[in-house]
Amino acid sequence: MNALVNYSNLFNITLPETILEVVSLLVLIVDLSWLRKASKATRMASACLLGVAGSAAAILWLLAHPESMSVAAGALVATPLVSAAQIGILILTALVLLLSVKAEFSRNPGEFVAIILLATTGMMLVTAARDLLVIFVALELLSLSLYVLTAFAKSSAQSSEAALKYYLFGGMSAALMLFGFTYLYGLTGTTNLSRMTSALGGNHLPLEVVALVFVAAGLGFKVAAVPFHLWAPDTYQGAPAPVAALIASGSKVASFALLVAVTEGLVAPPSSESGNQTWIVLLLTMAAASIVLGNLAALVQTSVRRLLAYSAIAHAGYMLLGIAAHTPQSGAAVLYYALTYALTTVGAFGVIAIVERATGSDRIDVFAGLSRRNPLLAAAMLVFLLSLAGIPPLVGFWAKFNLFSAVLRSVNSASWPLTFVILALAASAVSLYYYLQVLKRVYVAKPTQPEPLPISIVELTALAVIALAVLLLGIFPSVLSGWIPLG
Amino acid sequence: MLAFTIYLSFAGALLLAIMPSAWSRGARVFALLVALAGLAVALIAFVQAGAQGTVAIVDLAWVPAMGIHYTLAADGISRVLVLLTGLAAVAGILFSWNIGDAEGDRANEFFAFFLALIGGVYGVFLSVDLFLLFVFYEIAIVPKYFLIAIWGSTRREYAAMKLALYSFAGSAMVLIGLLAAYAQAGSQTMNLQTLALHPFPIGFQMWAFPLVFTGFAILAGMWPFHTWAPTGHVAAPTAASMLLAGVVMKLGAYGCLRVAMTLFPHGLDPWGFSFLGIGSWRTVFSLFAVIGIVYGAAVALVQNDFKFVIGYSSVSHMGLVLLGLLTLTQIGIDGAVLQMFSHGILAGLLFATVGRIVYVRTHTRDLGMLSKLQLGKAMPFAATLFVIAGMASMGLPGFSGFIAEVQVLIGAWQAFPWFAIVAGVGIVVGVAYTWRAMQRAFFSDEPALDAQGAAIPIPEYDPVTWPEIAGTILLAGASLLIGLYPRLLLDVIAPAVQALPHALLTGGR
Repeated sequence: MNALVNYSNLFNITLPETILEVVSLLVLIVDLSWLRKASKATRMASACLLGVAGSAAAILWLLAHPESMSVAAGALVATPLVSAAQIGILILTALVLLLSVKAEFSRNPGEFVAIILLATTGMMLVTAARDLLVIFVALELLSLSLYVLTAFAKSSAQSSEAALKYYLFGGMSAALMLFGFTYLYGLTGTTNLSRMTSALGGNHLPLEVVALVFVAAGLGFKVAAVPFHLWAPDTYQGAPAPVAALIASGSKVASFALLVAVTEGLVAPPSSESGNQTWIVLLLTMAAASIVLGNLAALVQTSVRRLLAYSAIAHAGYMLLGIAAHTPQSGAAVLYYALTYALTTVGAFGVIAIVERATGSDRIDVFAGLSRRNPLLAAAMLVFLLSLAGIPPLVGFWAKFNLFSAVLRSVNSASWPLTFVILALAASAVSLYYYLQVLKRVYVAKPTQPEPLPISIVELTALAVIALAVLLLGIFPSVLSGWIPLG
Repeated sequence: MLAFTIYLSFAGALLLAIMPSAWSRGARVFALLVALAGLAVALIAFVQAGAQGTVAIVDLAWVPAMGIHYTLAADGISRVLVLLTGLAAVAGILFSWNIGDAEGDRANEFFAFFLALIGGVYGVFLSVDLFLLFVFYEIAIVPKYFLIAIWGSTRREYAAMKLALYSFAGSAMVLIGLLAAYAQAGSQTMNLQTLALHPFPIGFQMWAFPLVFTGFAILAGMWPFHTWAPTGHVAAPTAASMLLAGVVMKLGAYGCLRVAMTLFPHGLDPWGFSFLGIGSWRTVFSLFAVIGIVYGAAVALVQNDFKFVIGYSSVSHMGLVLLGLLTLTQIGIDGAVLQMFSHGILAGLLFATVGRIVYVRTHTRDLGMLSKLQLGKAMPFAATLFVIAGMASMGLPGFSGFIAEVQVLIGAWQAFPWFAIVAGVGIVVGVAYTWRAMQRAFFSDEPALDAQGAAIPIPEYDPVTWPEIAGTILLAGASLLIGLYPRLLLDVIAPAVQALPHALLTGGR
C-alpha cells in the first residue's frame, strides 16, 4: 500500500462499524454496572434493545450518507450495492436481536449482545473489503464471534458440540484460505482484488489452480456449499436459535457479497476473452453438488433446524450459479436473493425458537397442530416456508426468477447456464416436498397438546413485520429496486 | 371489470382467514356470496362483450426494469373459461354446505383455501403477461394441497402430496421454458402477444415446446402423467373434486393452448424424420391424448370405487380436449374449448352426485355395497340426477358434451383419421362405464339381505336439501342450455380461435 491513507475518508466509511463497536461496549458497561442486580429477563431485554438502537443508528447513517468511494488504496469500498448489503445486514441483526428478547439460554446477556454486534461489524467489513488481508481479518472477526455465540448455551451439550465442530471446520478452512491467499499474492504481487485480474493475466499456471481451490474451500465453508457444508446441519441444530438465525442470515449475506467481489476480482468480465475458467468451474461444481445434495438430504430430516440447514445448502447452490455467471446483473441478483432469503430464514428461526421454548424440541412432530395452537404463528411459518420453496406471490419466487433469468442472460459461455438452471428448477420442485412436510404438521395434523402456545408482543411484532415484508416485497418487487437493481 | 373476479375471490379468502373460527355457518354464507358476486361479474362481462375480440382490462407496469406488466385481458376463450370458473365456484360451495355444521370443521379455513384457489384460477384465465399467468398458476397449487390433505378422505395426505408435487414439477418445466423464452427474446417483455411475434429459432422451439406443453399437460391429466388425477379426485372433498376436475385440469389445457402452442407454434412442425410413423411432437402428444381417452375409459370400466369411475372418466374426457387442441383446425380447437366448459360442468355434477348426495347419506362409495341399497328407489333424486349427468357426459345429443365431442372428432378426422377412429372407440367405452356405474349404483335388482338372509327394508335417507337442488339446477341447466343452443358459447369461442397465430391454425405449416 503505497498510497497515503486519507484518514477522514476512512473514518467516514467505517463510521457505521464504529457505531456498532461503541454500542457493543456500551451494552457491556450498562449490563455489568447498572443492571447487575436486575433480573435476567430485564437484562436480556435491555441489552437487545440497546443493540437494536445501535443497528438503527448505523442504518440511519448509511441512509443519510450514500457515498461511492474507496479508501486505503482500495482496501475498503463504498458503493450503492455495498451499502445496500450493509443496511440489509443491520436490519437482519436488529430482527435477530428483537427475536432474542425473550431468550433464556444465557446467563450473560450483555456479552451475548455485545458479541452479536461484533459479528455484525465483521459482516459489514467483509462486505466492504476488497483487499485479501482486510478480507481475512474481517472474516476472522465474524467467524470467531460466531464460534463463541454458537457455544453460548452453556448448559446444553449440543451447543458446545456444535461450536466445536463449527470451530474445527472453520479454523481448518480459514487456514486453507489464507494459504490460497499467499499463493495468489505470490502469483500477482498484489493483495488488492481490483488489481488481481490484470496481474493474473492470460497465462494460467498450475499453481493458480491450487490457490483458487484453497480460496474456494475457505469461501465455500462460509456459505456452506458442498463439500464444505458438513458443519452446517450440526451448527444449525445445536446453536441457540437466535445464533443459528444470525449464521443463516447476516453471515450468509456478507459471505455472498464477498464472493461476488472476489469473483469480480479473479475473473475478467464476461465480455473479454480470457476469463478465468478454473474459478468458474469450481463455483459450478460446488453449486451443482450443493443443489443436489442439499435438496435430497433435506427430504429425510426429522429436525426442522437440520431441514433448514440442508435447505440453506441448496439455496447456497442456487446463489453460486448467479456468482458463476459473473455479470453485474447476476451479482445484484445474488445480493437480492441472499437478502430476501436471509430475511425469510430469520423469520423461520423465530418461529422455531418460540415453538422450541414451549415444547423443548425442534422435531418436526412438535409442530403438529400449530395452526390450532397459535394461528398467527402458523400463518407466519406458512409464509416463510412457501417463500423458501419459491411459491409466488412471495418474495422467494421473485428472487429465484430474477436470479435465474440473470444467469440465463449471461452469454459468456454458450451452454452451461441453461443446463444448470434446469437442474436448479428441477431440484426446487423436489424442495416443495420437505417444506410441505413441515406445513402438513402445522395445518393438517392434530395437535398433541391442545393448549394455546404463548407468544410475546415483541416477538409477534417482529414476526409479523418479517412476514408482511416477505409478502409485500413479493407483490411489489420494484420497491427494492432503488437499492438493488432488478433485471 | 372482469378483474374483480380475482380481487373479490382473494379479498374473500383473506377475510375468511381472519374471521373468528366460531362463525363457521357465517363463513359459508359469506363464501357463497363472494362466489355469486364473482359469477355475476363473469356473466355480465360475458354478455357485455358478446362476440368481441380481446377485451383489455388493465395494463400497469409491475416491474418495469424487467419488462413485466400487470396485464389482464380476456378474449372469447378466457371469457368462457371465467364463466365456467364462476359456475364451478358457486356450485362447489353449494355442494359443501355440510361443512360448518359440526364443531371443528374449520369451515372458514376451508372456504378461505377454496376462494384462494378460485382467485388463482380466474387470474390464470385473464393474464396476458406470462409472468403474471405463472404467478396465478402457482398460487393455485398450495390451496389444493391443503383442501385435500385436511378435508379429504381415502389416503388424503398421499394424494395431496402427489398432486402438489406433480403440479409443482409441471410448473418447474413451464418456468424453464418461460425463462428461456424470456432470455432468448432479449428480456424486454413478458407479454404473451408480443413474445408470440418474436421469431424464436426452430431448434429452440423444438425443445421448448414439448417442455412447456408437457408441464401444462401434467395438470390437464395427459397420459402418462395423469396418475395424480384419479387419486387426487378420490381423496379430495367434494367441492375440491369439483374444482379439480371442473377448473384446475382446464388450467393445464388452457396453458397448453395459450402458452405452449401460441408461443412455440413451430414446435409442432415435423421433425424431418419419423420413427414408427411418429414424425413430430404433434403426433407424440396426439398419441398420448388418444391413449388417455381409451385408457381412462377402460380403467373406469373396472373400478369399484364410484369416485374412481368419475376420476378416470375425467382423464378420458381431458384426452379429448388435448386431441382437439392438437388437430390445429378451427373446428377441433372450438370443440376442445367447448369440451373444457362442458366437462367442467358435468364432472362437477357427477362428483357432486357421488361424493355429496350419495356418500353423505350412505357413507360408502363402493359400487358393490351401493348395489345392495336399491338407491333407485331410496334416492330418486340422486338417481335421476346421475342419469342426466351420465347421459350428458357420454355425449347424448341435447347436452353440452355432444356438440363438443362431435367437433373434436370432426377436427381429428381432418387431421389424423386413425386417431379419430380410436378416440371414437374410447367414447363408446365411455357409454359402457357410465351404464355400468349407473346400473350397479342405482338400478341393481340385488335384494338387500342381512346376515340371516332376511330382506332389509329400504332405509329412509335424509331429504334432499336446498343447496343440493340449487347446485344441481345451476350445473344441469348450464349443460342443457349449451347443449340446446351451443352458439351461445361457440360464437364467442370461434373468433378467439381464429385470432390465434396463423402458424397454429394451418397445422404448423
